[in-house]
Amino acid sequence: MLTNNTGDKFIKVFFWLSGLIIVAILFIIIAYIIVKGISAISLDFIFEAPRRAGKEGGIWTTIVSTVYLTVVSLIIAVPVGVGSAIHLEEYAPRRSWFATLVNLTAETLAGIPSIVFGLFGFVFFVIFLQMGWSIISGSLTMALMILPTITRTAQEAILAVPAEYRENSLALGASKWQTISRVVLPSAVPGIITGIILAIGRAVGETAALILTAGSSLGMPEGLLDPARTMSVHLYILAMEGISMDRAFGTAFLIIVLIVVINYLANLSLRRMSYVNRQI
Amino acid sequence: MGKMIANGLTAGVVKVESEEKNRPHGQQRFRPLNIERGIEFLLKLSAAIAILAIILISIFIFARGIPLILKIGLIDFIFNLKWSPSHGSYGIAAMLVGSLVVTLSSLIWAVPLGISSAIFMAEIAPPRIGSMLGRMVELLAGIPSVVFGFFGLIVIVPFIRTHLGGNGMSVLAGAIILGIMILPTIISISRDSILTVPAEYKEGSLALGATHMQSIKGVILPAARSGIITAIILGMGRAIGETMAVVMVTGNSTIIPGSILSPVRTMTSNIVLEMGYASGDHQAALFATGAVLFIFIVILNLVVNISIKAGKNYAN
Amino acid sequence: MSQLKLKSENIKVFYKDFQALYDVNMDIEENRVTALIGPSGCGKSTFLRTINRLNELIEGTRTEGQIYLDEQPIYEKDRDVVELRKKVGMVFQKPSVFPMSIYENVAYGPRIHGIKDRKRLSEIVERSLKAANLWNEISDRLNSPAARLSGGQQQRLVIARVLAVEPEVILMDEPASALDPISTSRLEDLIVELKKKYTIVIVTHNMQQAARISDYTGFFLNGQLVEFSSTDELFVNPRDKRTEDYITGRFG
Repeated sequence: MLTNNTGDKFIKVFFWLSGLIIVAILFIIIAYIIVKGISAISLDFIFEAPRRAGKEGGIWTTIVSTVYLTVVSLIIAVPVGVGSAIHLEEYAPRRSWFATLVNLTAETLAGIPSIVFGLFGFVFFVIFLQMGWSIISGSLTMALMILPTITRTAQEAILAVPAEYRENSLALGASKWQTISRVVLPSAVPGIITGIILAIGRAVGETAALILTAGSSLGMPEGLLDPARTMSVHLYILAMEGISMDRAFGTAFLIIVLIVVINYLANLSLRRMSYVNRQI
Repeated sequence: MGKMIANGLTAGVVKVESEEKNRPHGQQRFRPLNIERGIEFLLKLSAAIAILAIILISIFIFARGIPLILKIGLIDFIFNLKWSPSHGSYGIAAMLVGSLVVTLSSLIWAVPLGISSAIFMAEIAPPRIGSMLGRMVELLAGIPSVVFGFFGLIVIVPFIRTHLGGNGMSVLAGAIILGIMILPTIISISRDSILTVPAEYKEGSLALGATHMQSIKGVILPAARSGIITAIILGMGRAIGETMAVVMVTGNSTIIPGSILSPVRTMTSNIVLEMGYASGDHQAALFATGAVLFIFIVILNLVVNISIKAGKNYAN
Repeated sequence: MSQLKLKSENIKVFYKDFQALYDVNMDIEENRVTALIGPSGCGKSTFLRTINRLNELIEGTRTEGQIYLDEQPIYEKDRDVVELRKKVGMVFQKPSVFPMSIYENVAYGPRIHGIKDRKRLSEIVERSLKAANLWNEISDRLNSPAARLSGGQQQRLVIARVLAVEPEVILMDEPASALDPISTSRLEDLIVELKKKYTIVIVTHNMQQAARISDYTGFFLNGQLVEFSSTDELFVNPRDKRTEDYITGRFG
């Protein structure tokens, strides 16, 4: 019995250690980039356009490109993803072949590596639809990549809306769509927002697919058909081609800060969602 | 006829008689408004976009890649070690091996660490620490691959160069970075499957006089097995498909690596490195590589689905 | 003798293979409270939900027979469910206020039925809240979230929400089961008051409640309407042995 307990204690230490290693890994990566990157940060670095291929100047155009690309891909993916979730949860009969197929393809879509999305976006949007390397090609590709996240979180949020809301609304003589648009969706908004925040995180960090679809031009994009270089792509090029390690650190710093903030917001909206549902 | 349409419009209704005739009361739908029908159709359409996307992706990747594979032969494409586009030689064997070597060596350390931290979070840590760790793992999952690659390039590669030799760009650097990147996948799925093991199993085992650790090993892990297998397979899928982090730390020579310190090029790296300037057969060969990757991932997905089904049968 | 409002004719309901109701025939009079009693799972709620065709929301449900509202059949190909549910309002067991303000909850029905004028909406909201005996308590905080109201207030809010649609019939499915005794007695007073204008059908598992507020009572058992008569008669002089067993508490 005693030996059993000492054995247990020994194994327990081992488990605590593995938890600790995870914390250490995360801490080291974030701390390293923050400590090394913060000195590169200045208002000029953020708000000045890059010069000499990024060797000098700031990263303003890549920030604008990142926001531009993210917003456009959300504009495309959110209606489709939420609409798809509404169809699956409110209209499609359980276990219909169509719903099964949609769920299965969404899962597959979520597993496809970004480089494959990049290849597809390149041959389909850039070449076949003649959109060229552009914000729109990159956004459409990105939209496909974030579609599963948005659909899944919206599905969960809609599923969490109490069935009584629907019954009450229908019993008042509301039509199905009135019930969905006025009662179900407003209650599902926090969950949908969580999905959108997660998708933003993915869009901010995406690199491989965007190099092949949005190009890597450092100019300021002025329209949907202009090429663009996002912060992540910029970081890759700065680091791989050894253009400026200083600016690479600064860019990595900004990306990490963005990701931490996005993560925090996602957690906040998740908690808000469970709070709203508890109130009911 | 025109009058009927006008009537239909003013009443705001569509008649759906043919459908309704033989339905019992329970399934009758009465006079749905035009707008309701339209919206229902739009929603179904948006659901169909996921299906359409998969079909288009398959068609366009394969249409661009398959002709080249047919031209040089599948065997030659997969088993030929020589990748030399300027000489018209397109063998991806070195990259295929490269992908597998880097992936497997990342799994070797990330799987045990991932599973043990999942057990720690689900079974051993006090709930507050467990959920705090859970949020850290989420944050780790959110860090973009290019940042991992950058960290590897700046920290891990020089470390290997000074302490282990070689130029640092190596299988080992790739394995370390990839392992970190797949940890969140392995941890969160394993943890969830451990958490869904019914409490009675554990209580039953403890009641028999087993210690906590014995119960974990004897009851909880076997019951969570299919979830843990799913976690490993999905982690593997993520590792094979990962591009940016790998390309930044592995040196990218198109040779079969002789040791963990030699440089290596994966299939994904090959695509991102050469797409920028490839054309003709060269570009087609990169698409063919993408097709191989795509098939890999679909197979892994199928395996996951089967493993989940098997898990359900086991639970029943 | 009051006028006939609802008439059910051989109503049968099936959930997939299970038959939940067997040939229910019942005449429901206007401006009266009709109570449906019986043990759990006897079919009384199922019957209630056939009157506004709410059973159709459950996949695999089939209804046979006919119900007439003002002599018009409601299970009819051309019958508009939206119109029907406008005329036949329903109050559920658990008060389920929508996650919006008190005002928005009451205005919800009129809005979906096309009323946009703010002044008219405000009038309807005020009149409905007054009719539901809630106005005095909350008139100063119409814009605060409805979820903050107490359970009893929420149930009256739900009734106000139904009244705002101006129904003719109000169905109530155990409306007091989640309420404390004081809220329950206020609700019962309200029901008696409402019958002046509306026809009320109420499902309750509380026999005293049925005796207190209803004019007619139907006793359901195993999907059958065992007995249906005036409340006084049913509770004092039950014709059927099973009814007697149930109301005297000797039942299972």
